[in-house]
Amino acid sequence: MPTLTVDGKTVEVPPGATVLQACEAAGVEIPRFCYHERLSIAGNCRMCLVEMEKAPKPVASCAMPAGDNMVIKTNTPLVRKARRGVMEFLLINHPLDCPICDQGGECDLQDQAMAYGFDHSRYKENKRAVSEKYMGPLIKTTMTRCIQCTRCVRFATEVAGVEEIGAIGRGETMEITTYLDRAVTSNLSGNVIDLCPVGALTSKPYAFAARPWELKKTESIDVHDALGSAVRLDARGAAVLRVLPRLNDDVNEEWISDKTRFAVDGLARRRLDRPYVRIDGKLRPATWEEAFAAIGAALQKTAPEKVGAIAGDLADAESILALKDLMEAIGTKNIDCRQDGAKLDASVRGGYLFNSGITGIEEADVILLVGTDPGSEAAVLNARLRKAWLRGGVKIAAIGPEVDLTYGVEWLGNSARVLWDIARGEHPFAEVFAAGKKAAVILGQGALQGPNGAATLFFARRLVEKSGNVRDGWNGFNVLHTAASRVGALDLGFVPGEGGLDVAGMIGGGVDFLWLLGADEIDVSRLDAPFVVYQGSHGDAGAHVADVILPGAAYTEKSGTYVNTEGRVQRGRRAVFPPGDAREDWAILRAFSERIGKKLPYDSLAQLRARMVELAPHFGALDTVGPAGWGEFGERNPMGKEPYALAVADFYLSNPIARASATMAACVAARDGQDMDHGATGTHG
Amino acid sequence: MLQDKDRIFTNLYGFEDSGLAGAQARGDWDGTAAIMAKGQDWIIDEMKASGLRGRGGAGFPTGMKWSFMPKKSDGRPSYLVVNADESEPGTCKDREILRNDPQKLIEGCLLAGFAMRAIAAYIYIRGEFIQERRRLQAAVDEAYAAGLIGKNACGSGYDFDVYVHHGAGAYICGEETALIQSLEGKKGQPRLKPPFPAGVGVWGCPTTVNNVESIAVAPTILRRGASWFAGLGKPNNTGTKLFCISGHVNRPCNVEEEMGIPLKELIEKHCGGVRGGWDNLLAVIPGGSSVPMLPKAICDDLPMDFDTLRGHRSGLGTAAVIVMDKSTDLIKAIARLSKFYKHESCGQCTPCREGTGWMWRVMERMVVGKAEPEEIDTLLEVTTQIEGHTICALGDAAAWPIQGLFRHFRPVVEQRIADYKARNASRPVAAE
Repeated sequence: MPTLTVDGKTVEVPPGATVLQACEAAGVEIPRFCYHERLSIAGNCRMCLVEMEKAPKPVASCAMPAGDNMVIKTNTPLVRKARRGVMEFLLINHPLDCPICDQGGECDLQDQAMAYGFDHSRYKENKRAVSEKYMGPLIKTTMTRCIQCTRCVRFATEVAGVEEIGAIGRGETMEITTYLDRAVTSNLSGNVIDLCPVGALTSKPYAFAARPWELKKTESIDVHDALGSAVRLDARGAAVLRVLPRLNDDVNEEWISDKTRFAVDGLARRRLDRPYVRIDGKLRPATWEEAFAAIGAALQKTAPEKVGAIAGDLADAESILALKDLMEAIGTKNIDCRQDGAKLDASVRGGYLFNSGITGIEEADVILLVGTDPGSEAAVLNARLRKAWLRGGVKIAAIGPEVDLTYGVEWLGNSARVLWDIARGEHPFAEVFAAGKKAAVILGQGALQGPNGAATLFFARRLVEKSGNVRDGWNGFNVLHTAASRVGALDLGFVPGEGGLDVAGMIGGGVDFLWLLGADEIDVSRLDAPFVVYQGSHGDAGAHVADVILPGAAYTEKSGTYVNTEGRVQRGRRAVFPPGDAREDWAILRAFSERIGKKLPYDSLAQLRARMVELAPHFGALDTVGPAGWGEFGERNPMGKEPYALAVADFYLSNPIARASATMAACVAARDGQDMDHGATGTHG
Repeated sequence: MLQDKDRIFTNLYGFEDSGLAGAQARGDWDGTAAIMAKGQDWIIDEMKASGLRGRGGAGFPTGMKWSFMPKKSDGRPSYLVVNADESEPGTCKDREILRNDPQKLIEGCLLAGFAMRAIAAYIYIRGEFIQERRRLQAAVDEAYAAGLIGKNACGSGYDFDVYVHHGAGAYICGEETALIQSLEGKKGQPRLKPPFPAGVGVWGCPTTVNNVESIAVAPTILRRGASWFAGLGKPNNTGTKLFCISGHVNRPCNVEEEMGIPLKELIEKHCGGVRGGWDNLLAVIPGGSSVPMLPKAICDDLPMDFDTLRGHRSGLGTAAVIVMDKSTDLIKAIARLSKFYKHESCGQCTPCREGTGWMWRVMERMVVGKAEPEEIDTLLEVTTQIEGHTICALGDAAAWPIQGLFRHFRPVVEQRIADYKARNASRPVAAE
């Protein structure tokens, strides 16, 4: 542990720490542009220069390893002059266009210029201008503002794993570019906007929308995948204008996927803002009273065992529990949350969780991916897998459709039979897996659908159990969910009761009355129920087939509990109110229950949450992951040769919010080569 | 003056056969295996005793540099990298070695590589050196065919490979860590130090980067003994050195001379004197474009060695002497150098990337005098904001010529500015 002196204060830092980190440990802030904790060290901005005793010139603290008995000074005339010098150099070619720059108010350069800038310019020559670079529909570029810190280059290369951003040219003509003026293909590309310390890379959809000081910031949880990334919702008035990542080392570090960040405009489109009732085959606006009356009448005509309910992917645990209680009160066992038909078993919690944990998976030395594309199902987790792979010491193999995962993967073929062979020790990979000290299987939802789903669960369990990978301190059995609601719903037992129908049974004509709680991923063309209630936020697939629509709240408009794929209970907060007559979902269910004389036993969210904790005590422990129960699950059936399909067919269009988003549509167009706003000629539009 | 018997580069001018047979006739590859048999430590001690200082410009003791290499491998191989990216304006010494005496370099690679326990040498040759690369490659092929390098090199039992790698033509790739980056196939940008190449160099392995001349003189030193080499020149500045004299002399040339030879003697003896006589001398850049210029007053009695020139706040650098007589527009000359550094800055560090362009633009205005007198001090302050604030020394190299100009010839610039003002005083100025 090196011990060094910073400005007269002695600090001890872990081996391998840099002088900059030592300074921070001593409570001294070091200005920086190129340095970033989660990226490799470039040492090129030269803003972090400090004085080191015995060194002939100032040293870049970000790149200098902290050594024993170093004496560092950060507040000497030499240091101040060096920083002022660097700041002057950065500013001579930086445009003074802060009033029209979206970074204004949250710009590192602006902030540090307050501390180290001159009040006038000594530079009398012309400033440099750099032509714009196209980086796709998400990233707006103003490259004249670029200070060549190369954070974006390093992020793309190291974290995102796409070598699509780089620097060409040298000296003052060095430019950051995507080389061929193409969109960045990573699902994490938006993070370069946060990383850019100046206004060179800003959000294209958010361009000129607001100033940071106008925004109300709400800390919440993301629902676009099952990771539960920590996000900050920035709202002005009734609209959430942007979503930014929050630091959470246990989940998303400080990255979020492009869908999490940019599908936000979908919250304002295709919204259900009033109840509708279908009259003469046509949906007509109605009052809550009329809507409830219509549902009540239909329910009265239906036998309880002919009533069913399906919970969607974005539902919060509170509304799922309310719906479950309502269905119990009505007297039906036809409830299900597995819209995609995954053969998950709710009885053993360890059987549907990502047991290794999101951080734990980095410790694995063998990883077998089965029927999953983490790049589109959980892009941030994929970056973590890449990080582990880059660090070395992990062997990654996969069964499933071949996709580019940005790291080295041994593709074992796409057939359930391969997993079967491995589990029975009849495949060369079985030895590799058995040799692992911390081996893990990651099952995608795609692996759990179809005829081999239950057997996949069984043989995956057997593989990790037999190789000794279920033990104290390590469980290598992992289910990677794609739906934010899924684990919470399974925790609350939102699956068919004894003799109850599952999703396929319900939409296949098994019920006469179906309540859809934001369920839009089911195949509505096969839906054969005479009466459908759709409760949700968006006019998507479910609403089109509904007889009554009850407008609910999106995730930004309610306080809701979500359990992520590793079983971490997290709570989202409300940033804005639901539009129009829309209400929070649990409250709708509670109100309706009273209307039909089956009043649910809670009057407030607090009471509902108390019941949740009663039912599943881990709901009381927010933001933590406890050990999950383990036992028998899956079905021991012979496996067929059927290929696995992937759960997320299109990353940009995987839920109602994303499908309503114009930005996501633009991403699809750019990816599919139909980009409209690029390649425009002089006479275009 | 150096006697012919003490000359190392006996075919510097290519008057004789540059092939292997010719080189061997001149004494190259004589008893190489016997030298190697004396062991690695002996070679390094001998190099240290010879006092040889790196010939690439910085003058770091070569023997000491070799001794930094690990004595025992931790599993990684070690490499010798020869810097043949000779691009410093005014310098043309390595080129002659590559053309006419390549076997000296190859033999040096083997001995140096053996001493530092390297498995191979990479000779990184400048992009513009097309013919030199062909010559060198042919020489390497010849040495391989004769069993001098490769498996069991010279019958010593030591395996050693030599590869010739062609750069793409960038000044910055002559900086050792940028050279390593470029050799690895990456963009030629200097790396952060620490870690130093001796710990983490090319492909992450221990590496020593040496100049062509430093390596090429090693076999002769080891054959003739450290005391012979140390007996030439003067203490701490020993041996012989290739000087490249260009500019306003009657016969520009490359010449091997003893370290510490007076500049006047060097120019008068070998170059036929300054154009128009010694008194027509204005200034000299003594060590390649990167070092500050010196006025005639200092040049009158100036021993050409590392320490003396350093004492005059200049440097021996690559010993590329650029002579400028009184017809020279010094401001324009330095402006041209500023343009060179602006063009060759890699763009990585802020001070160099932004500062070199700034300095060049101001210098261009000063060439015509279109500046304010106080801008001289601003410019000098800008040079100090670059100097010592960057990853590599290119920032320093860009700053020093300008500092040298103003240190010795500030009145010339002030006069230029005053003249411009006087010329344009009566001219009406449009409102800005």
